[in-house]
Amino acid sequence: MSLEIELDLPNLSRRQWLKGAGAITGLALTIGVSGLVRAAVEEPKKFGGDAMPGGLKDDALVFVSIGTDGIVSIVAHRSEMGQGVRTSLPMVVADELEADWSKVRVVQAEGNEARYGNQNTDGSRSIRHSFEPMRRVGATARHMLETAAAAQWGVPVNEVEARHHEVINKRTGKKLGYGELATAAGKLAVPARESLHLKTPAQFRYIGKQNTRNIDGRKIVTGATHYGIDTQLDGMLHAVIARPPVFGGKVKSFDASTALKVPGVVKVLELKGSNLPPLFHPLGGIAVLATNTWSATKGREALKITWDHGPNASYNSPAFRKTLEAAARKPAKAVRNNGNASAVLAKAKQKFEAEYYQPHIAHSSMEPPAATVRIINGKCEAWACVQAPQATLETVAAHLGFKPEDVKINVTLLGGGFGRKSKPDFVAEAALLSQAIKGKPVKVTWTREDDIHHDYFHTVSLERIECALDEKGLPTAWLHRTTAPTIASTFVAGAKGGAPFELGMSAVNMPFNIPNVRVETPEVAAHTRIGWFRSVSNIPHAFAVQSFAAELAHRAKRDHKDYLLDLLGPARKINPDDISDSWNYGESPERYPLDIGRMRNVIELACKKAGWGRNLPKGHGLGLSLCYSFVTYVATVVEVVVADNGEISIPRVDLAVDCGPQVNPDRIRSQVEGACIMGASLALSGEITFKNGVAEQSNFHQYEVLRINEAPRDIQVHIVEHGLDVPLGGIGEPATPTIAPALCNAIFAATGKRIRTLPIRDQLSKA
Amino acid sequence: MVSLNINGKDRQLDVPGEMPILWALRDIEHLTGTKFGCGMALCGACTIHLDGEPVRSCVTPVSAAAGKKITTVEQISADPVGKAVQKAWLDLGVAQCGYCQAGQVMSATALLKATPNPSDEEIDEAMSGNICRCGTYPRIRAAIKQAATGAEK
Repeated sequence: MSLEIELDLPNLSRRQWLKGAGAITGLALTIGVSGLVRAAVEEPKKFGGDAMPGGLKDDALVFVSIGTDGIVSIVAHRSEMGQGVRTSLPMVVADELEADWSKVRVVQAEGNEARYGNQNTDGSRSIRHSFEPMRRVGATARHMLETAAAAQWGVPVNEVEARHHEVINKRTGKKLGYGELATAAGKLAVPARESLHLKTPAQFRYIGKQNTRNIDGRKIVTGATHYGIDTQLDGMLHAVIARPPVFGGKVKSFDASTALKVPGVVKVLELKGSNLPPLFHPLGGIAVLATNTWSATKGREALKITWDHGPNASYNSPAFRKTLEAAARKPAKAVRNNGNASAVLAKAKQKFEAEYYQPHIAHSSMEPPAATVRIINGKCEAWACVQAPQATLETVAAHLGFKPEDVKINVTLLGGGFGRKSKPDFVAEAALLSQAIKGKPVKVTWTREDDIHHDYFHTVSLERIECALDEKGLPTAWLHRTTAPTIASTFVAGAKGGAPFELGMSAVNMPFNIPNVRVETPEVAAHTRIGWFRSVSNIPHAFAVQSFAAELAHRAKRDHKDYLLDLLGPARKINPDDISDSWNYGESPERYPLDIGRMRNVIELACKKAGWGRNLPKGHGLGLSLCYSFVTYVATVVEVVVADNGEISIPRVDLAVDCGPQVNPDRIRSQVEGACIMGASLALSGEITFKNGVAEQSNFHQYEVLRINEAPRDIQVHIVEHGLDVPLGGIGEPATPTIAPALCNAIFAATGKRIRTLPIRDQLSKA
Repeated sequence: MVSLNINGKDRQLDVPGEMPILWALRDIEHLTGTKFGCGMALCGACTIHLDGEPVRSCVTPVSAAAGKKITTVEQISADPVGKAVQKAWLDLGVAQCGYCQAGQVMSATALLKATPNPSDEEIDEAMSGNICRCGTYPRIRAAIKQAATGAEK
């Protein structure tokens, strides 16, 4: 690869997912994709969107254009995967612009972070980081329209005012429409950022309101949308790929003669695999190219391939659980150490310990990965459902040996993402196949089996917590060993131990008021590709910490809610640095402290709305959990019913959410509802197991996801109201990790049975 | 050659009879509103109507559609019930990513045509074959109930 850069790991910052790498190895390494990481220069530490690659951009000329017909086009620079960002970000611009939403069109940005600023759509960051810049974009355009109108009337600009797609002369009442002003306004100088007048919250027309429909809604219900899998180009071939069944395997030999006889099959090509680390490289394998997807699939079935399964062919989930358990039961490197937990535990009269297991899970977005690429005269153009357009561009360019400026990434709608589509390996596959057939367009479609077998899986983990307890049953010492293959292994070959961004997800920043706290991260190796899944390490950490808290409450014979509030202690703000959380979701520790008052508040709110403490029929139980993640506070109460035969149903869930100011309240609710159902799905049946290195599940009959008849019936979302008094929090992910512990705590309340191994599946069924 | 009636139009397709309708629609006719999700009739994303009956087009060969009428999401607004379903979907903001929603709309329309006022159990029965990974189920249920009321008027 031609674009190798030497990186001194301890000095690299920027890409959040790589921040942990320095702590793991502390060595220089070579990464073959230019710009994936950038060496930090000596400068003050940046936070939030300013710290992301590409930073934040607020150039109105880039994001807004107004036609003489009055149609306002606003660029959405983030990827739409169901969170509503193609509606919510343009809505912010439209509000400050005083635009009429019915005259707004949304234009999807291609991958170009130099132009649009950071486009990486994950980490529940889009609105949180782009709210202010998008307000400035809208305000800038509004000022330009007002200036143009004032000039036309020959009056001072303070005598005119933009209001709902018109500029009004406040003295005469005359009006000029935005379309009439567009040409003149477009010739004006862009006003300085400092001169902008942003609206007050009372003046907001769309922000925080429920009056803007999803911009793509009508197209969705009429089948007119364009997802990654929907691209059609003239002369396009459809490709399906047989990839090594075991991660790290490769093709030993293959015979394509039968495959080539399948009607519609045009070509069979070998795709080379890649060396470690996996990064976003294709896995290699044998590609079948055909005139349609079905023929390509039939062709693949007819391939005869002998695989070299490589070093991970002995990866077996039951044995690996034993590896995790053994590692979690031995002392390891401390990543947080307040007081002296080890000494207190050694002398403790009363102790309690428990271990919690969370298996691998697969994203299984309803649209599997799919991408189309063509190359014309040395210029590559791709259409793909990607969360990270810039990383896609860089990955494709590196694999083709092209300059980045010769690659264009068109971002389609994403049929779900959940973190999987941050990894553009599938786009690189399409690019390499197109290159192999002289640039002809190729669409690569992953089947569901491909998607489940070759995911960047959520890790598998064993969380062990030990506590020393005082006479009231409250902990005096807390030792948590969080044991899991790390996401960093996807970026640094052989990386082990939790990275700061993993540990900072409800492990080191465990908020309880305990004098002696020690968090350790034993080292275990990864044997498959590990990636981030909606809410990431909060899933296992919150499951363990919030289940353990309920177990302690039960031992102390206390009400769980009262006990949890005592564990948290009084309302106060904790600086994340003081509890060894160097990550803090990339945000400033001063601007985003750990606010115990807001935690207590969401607990009170969820419990009040759920009727905590009410009498319940036999077989019913209420369970509570709390999780602070992506700088948002969520408390959840699940009501469960466990039937005599052990069957579980969830009549109601109450979620109290404090995500700071709201931009699009209906999409906040829909994200929380969806996260609740996804969380229930993971808790009840989410599990990928490996046998001889191969994922044992292949499709939805084996990897079961929640269906309408199993989903929580009544999901009540209670949002804490804020003005702009606190900064924005994330919303796509934060509700997910609260569900498993709240559900398991509810099951304990209903049955007395404590679940420490996920998924719950049939653990309650009586044989 | 296979003769099909797709959304009211007679079409001649040069495809093998065993090709699933899904791929004939998507790759040959370029009607991409019908989605691929699993290929095994497990998720419902590919739901179409064959003579008004909901079927999973990923496992139904084109030969099975001979002499029958195929209706896809692109044409379902021509049906008053389909239109009411689409309206309810928009009114309640059902869709998140939207990928499964073509199948959801087709299943819901078929349900309401057969059962104008479905109970929760009937909704479960008719809709449990359609997976939504975004978790829009509560709104799907509410939208079906709203469409049921609207369709009656």
